[in-house]
Amino acid sequence: MSTHLPVLLIVWPLLVAGSLLLLERASIKVQRIGAWAGLVVLVALAISLLRQADSGEITVYLLGDWPARLGITLMVDRLSAWMVMVTALLAVPCLLHACGGWDRRAPHFHALFQLQLMGINGAFLTGDIFNLFVFFEILLAASYGLLLSGGRGGRIRVGFHYIAFNIAASTLFLITLGLLYGLLGSLNMAELAVRIGQVTPESRALVQAVAGLLLVVFCAKAALLPLYLWLPGTYGRAPAAVAALFVIMTKVGLYSVLRVYSLWFGDLAGDLQGFAWEWLLPAGIATLMLAALGALSAVRLRILAGYLVLVSAGTLFIAISLARPDAVAAALYYLAHSTFVVASLFMITELVRRHRVTDRMNVVLPILKPLVPGTLFTIAAISVIGLPPLSGFIGKFAMLATVPDEWVGWVWTSVLVSSFFVLVAMVRAGTKLFWDIKPEQADDPARKAKRRTGHWPERVAIIVLLAYGIALTIAAAPAMRYAQAAAGQLAEPSIYVQSVRGQAPQVRGK
Amino acid sequence: MEIALASAIGILVAAGIYLLLRARSFDVILGLTLLSYATNLLIFSAGRLVPGKPPVLRSGIDPTLANHVDPIPQALVLTAIVISFAMTAVILVLAMRGRADNGSDHVDGTESKERDR
Repeated sequence: MSTHLPVLLIVWPLLVAGSLLLLERASIKVQRIGAWAGLVVLVALAISLLRQADSGEITVYLLGDWPARLGITLMVDRLSAWMVMVTALLAVPCLLHACGGWDRRAPHFHALFQLQLMGINGAFLTGDIFNLFVFFEILLAASYGLLLSGGRGGRIRVGFHYIAFNIAASTLFLITLGLLYGLLGSLNMAELAVRIGQVTPESRALVQAVAGLLLVVFCAKAALLPLYLWLPGTYGRAPAAVAALFVIMTKVGLYSVLRVYSLWFGDLAGDLQGFAWEWLLPAGIATLMLAALGALSAVRLRILAGYLVLVSAGTLFIAISLARPDAVAAALYYLAHSTFVVASLFMITELVRRHRVTDRMNVVLPILKPLVPGTLFTIAAISVIGLPPLSGFIGKFAMLATVPDEWVGWVWTSVLVSSFFVLVAMVRAGTKLFWDIKPEQADDPARKAKRRTGHWPERVAIIVLLAYGIALTIAAAPAMRYAQAAAGQLAEPSIYVQSVRGQAPQVRGK
Repeated sequence: MEIALASAIGILVAAGIYLLLRARSFDVILGLTLLSYATNLLIFSAGRLVPGKPPVLRSGIDPTLANHVDPIPQALVLTAIVISFAMTAVILVLAMRGRADNGSDHVDGTESKERDR
């Protein structure tokens, strides 16, 4: 069981997705039970993976028992286990929110949801760069389905932009893979790390070009400047449960950058060491500032939440491009925090839309029972801005504390100024939505009839997400210790190479 | 042969990017298709162009790249073809649905001229 754990995290959601397709003729209740059973097992698997990875050992799983240089490998270190755990934890409130009623309106929702989880887990676990492409495609294909199922009009239009953009990015990914294989003759990430270090001087420029192209691909997925223009519109129009799950998808791009570039351009890379980081730092700072301005300019709460995804992407890119283990550790902590809190904001937007008919902030409207959405919004806002005492503060503080002296000016200024912009944007949103209220009687009766409180699973889902944030605050010490261990592991690419090369096939022998 | 393949890839990419940047969803889809053709040729060429050699091992022939062509790029191309085919189907359905819903083939749903009129 424990030897097959890495592949189980991919195969299990696939099996559940297939079974849920067969159950589609049955009632929605049966489908929900199936989806929940699948998810509970997935969370249990993710927990045991995290415990296994926490021993510090890098698990290499040879698919089909082929040696690593020939076949596809899965590779589990602390970083992948952390990402898988965050995904599994995020999936719980997303599924809960969807069970509030969206899953009735969107055909195949439950099957697509499981396939999405399979793609995301696969991307986090694979140790083969072509396999990473395949899992990217799986998670994107499922995301197209989740985005479009049950949608029409405007959502179809942003869906077209999203899909066209992602197909173009995937094509670029394939081009880099073709060039990489042609140049270096391998697709295993750890093996490539060795070969990049031994590259001949005449191919050096080509390797740099390919690595640069690959960086463009990952940054397009992670929504880094100037490749983020599709994001606020798409996420803003996605149904709340789906938008909340999509928050982890930009983190897949970030994870890929961290995984691939720390492995390939770490201390094995010779004079290519440190490639990519000097590009990412200015790009991260620019993304952060523009996203904060975007948050200030947003008229709708859901567009504001979309820009907050970008704010967290920019912050994370700044942290990882400092290329220091303690900054990466802070980034991993901040990643978990920002995923949960931004996801909760997408759900709060939906709640506000129910209580108030629209999430537009430039009209004065009455709001039904503002206490629940208002309180949830306040907690989420404190956390997302990075005010004490919640997890956002700890994450940002840990990050800022690790900035080396030569970058303090740029990084501190951009992070603190952007936090201030987000603070203004959130305070303004809260004021407009919950305080600047028109009396109930003065409102249009047609709109009055549309206001309602929503279903309990939707409220509980938000509370669960915010509780994760509070748990991260209380358990900051163990979480940070784990993140530091993960970052320490990433800083030594040679142990990955040793683990992958040292893993002999079990049955086939040598 | 190298120059022919390289020019074919270059022309397909150029035409693909031109079409991708146009404002009609049909043109965009054609552009994405041409780009994926170019990519397939490029991956194929990563295994080096050698005529008349099989990608599978046969008994009696020394299993080295001198006697065989590298099978991995061919397997990669196969995967890439399947994925791009499926994605083209998805986006095609989406374009048709968008045209039905928004009444226009424009990528933004409406023509700017129509809005002005």
